[in-house]
Amino acid sequence: MAVLSFVEVSEGKIKKASVEAAYYGSKTAEALGTDSVAVVLGEANAEELATLGQVGVKKVLHAADAKLNHFDSRAYTKAVAAAADAAGADVVVLSFNNNGKLLAPRLSVKLKAGYVPGAVELPQFNGGSASVKKNVFSGKASATFTVATGKKVISVNPNSLSPVRGGGSATVETFNAALTDADFNVVVKGVDKVVGEIPLTEAELVVSGGRGLKGPENWHLVTDLAKELGAATACSRAVADVDWRPHHEHVGQTGLTVRPNLYIAVGISGAIQHLAGVNGSKVIVVVNTDPEAPFFKAADYGIVGDAFEVMPKVLEEYRKFKAAH
Amino acid sequence: MKILVPIAKVPDTTSKIGFTDGNTKFSTDGVTFIMNPTDEWYALVRACELKEKQGGEVVVIHVGGADAEQIIRKALAIGADRAVRVDADPTDAYFVAAQIAEHAKSENYDLIITGKETIDYNSFQVGGMVAELLDLPCVALVQKLEIENGVATMKREIEGGTETVEVKLPLVVCAQKELAEARIPNMKGIMGARSKPLAVVAANGAEKLTAVSTYSLPEKAKEVKLIDKDNVAELIRLLHEEAKVI
Ligand SMILES: Cc1cc2nc3c(=O)[nH]c(=O)nc-3n(C[C@H](O)[C@H](O)[C@H](O)COP(=O)(O)OP(=O)(O)OC[C@H]3O[C@@H](n4cnc5c(N)ncnc54)[C@H](O)[C@@H]3O)c2cc1C
Repeated sequence: MAVLSFVEVSEGKIKKASVEAAYYGSKTAEALGTDSVAVVLGEANAEELATLGQVGVKKVLHAADAKLNHFDSRAYTKAVAAAADAAGADVVVLSFNNNGKLLAPRLSVKLKAGYVPGAVELPQFNGGSASVKKNVFSGKASATFTVATGKKVISVNPNSLSPVRGGGSATVETFNAALTDADFNVVVKGVDKVVGEIPLTEAELVVSGGRGLKGPENWHLVTDLAKELGAATACSRAVADVDWRPHHEHVGQTGLTVRPNLYIAVGISGAIQHLAGVNGSKVIVVVNTDPEAPFFKAADYGIVGDAFEVMPKVLEEYRKFKAAH
Repeated sequence: MKILVPIAKVPDTTSKIGFTDGNTKFSTDGVTFIMNPTDEWYALVRACELKEKQGGEVVVIHVGGADAEQIIRKALAIGADRAVRVDADPTDAYFVAAQIAEHAKSENYDLIITGKETIDYNSFQVGGMVAELLDLPCVALVQKLEIENGVATMKREIEGGTETVEVKLPLVVCAQKELAEARIPNMKGIMGARSKPLAVVAANGAEKLTAVSTYSLPEKAKEVKLIDKDNVAELIRLLHEEAKVI
């Protein structure tokens, strides 16, 4: 028996969301009294992989085939299923991130395993069955799913738990996923990525702007603070729709879901569709001229005031704070 | 080109969410149901555009009860040619995917387009499961889709950017925003939808792999702490000392 976590490496580093998945896998293994094993597909640095030991992974199965450097859901499903077999895993854990969202349901079918997507807490075991809590109705409620199948697949909502790092080091073993050319279908033609920027879904701090900022020329009110904080930037749909900001910044029901530790909303009314994408944030700060703006009902801290006046002050006060700490 | 679009029925976003039977069932009291937005706006509309440009047929499939008729007719009004409803309670994603895959096997589709996730369970499961059941390639979070000579060129979202990929048909695609512009059905579409075929078929005996045991609502509404706009230093102090997020 074992718990297998699927871990992704991007630009030489283990993805933050994957560290969370590996930690979740280790905690689950601990509860089951079994070993935590991870699988990594594609070329990666063995030293970096060994650091998974810090979140409790004993062994990393590494399929270093260059053909696996790019995500191909069908080939990846075969490879991870083979790793689950090799490790004797009953539970497979992935992140509910872009690739995990597609890989997990495929694996569920391949392994005939009940699957719970987007878990927000560790599973509870009761005999052979597991209960897993997830958010439903765009964050307006939660549901506990029971999975009674012998094998189980769980994906973890990014930023739902904070991995505690210890001192361990994982052993890295070469793993042959035994794939053939016919298992690959996806040809990558190009990647368009802003390097050096924090992906919004992985960010711990987010500063977000809405139509209240009046126009793209005023976005320094958002970006200056974000830069100072080391935060990612986001926006409302209304803003992305008129091209004041790029579409990949749009959060909400029809955009990205984010769960940062801190979400600062500037000039955003807080429509229910917007809240659906941000209400998992740990702390929400709202700056809005209208004391009746619905966002205040979902906020932890609020300032009723003009963003053009308030935001420069926030920046100034934060700079003072940073200098003093 | 023959395209299948699975459509789900979900509570309208603005619905008040509540539960009954000791928090074990979703309360449909006063809830308006709609077609899942990403299924309608992106998957279905893009399927119709491809058909209108290159010829072929768009079929919509829904797993659910007879009360979904309105949603199915709307899909036909938007441009689908015919519909299939599998008469069963869609309580588990695997069960739903197994129904869709069984239908797909009998019809030889070139393309299956689903929305990225439903707004009720936010699960993102059916597209990937259908692909695996049919042993087909699948690309998710697709923002751009063009088909030429049996090859799909797609732009998909990755963390912090996009990736452009090519895959030979047949293929399953999970659509998201930017793939198409939402369409409002016109009068001609609405009239035409009434006479388009809607076949009702019985479910196969696929198992259900998961079940919801309980639901819960957030503890209670947050109480916002208001800070004076002339005392911004207080906000920074609270974020550091009380919330401990900076
Ligand atoms: C099906 C559906 C899906 C949707 N999906 C999404 C989604 O995913 N994400 C999303 O964001 N929206 C979504 N929307 C749109 C949503 O309903 C709102 O229209 C949108 O979020 C509003 O954006 P906003 O808050 O930036 O603009 P507005 O609603 O115009 O709000 C601007 C706010 O700024 C405040 N303000 C004005 N001037 C200032 C100032 N000087 N300083 C400070 N505050 C100021 C105003 O008081 C107001 O509260 C969706 C809508 C539908 C129907």
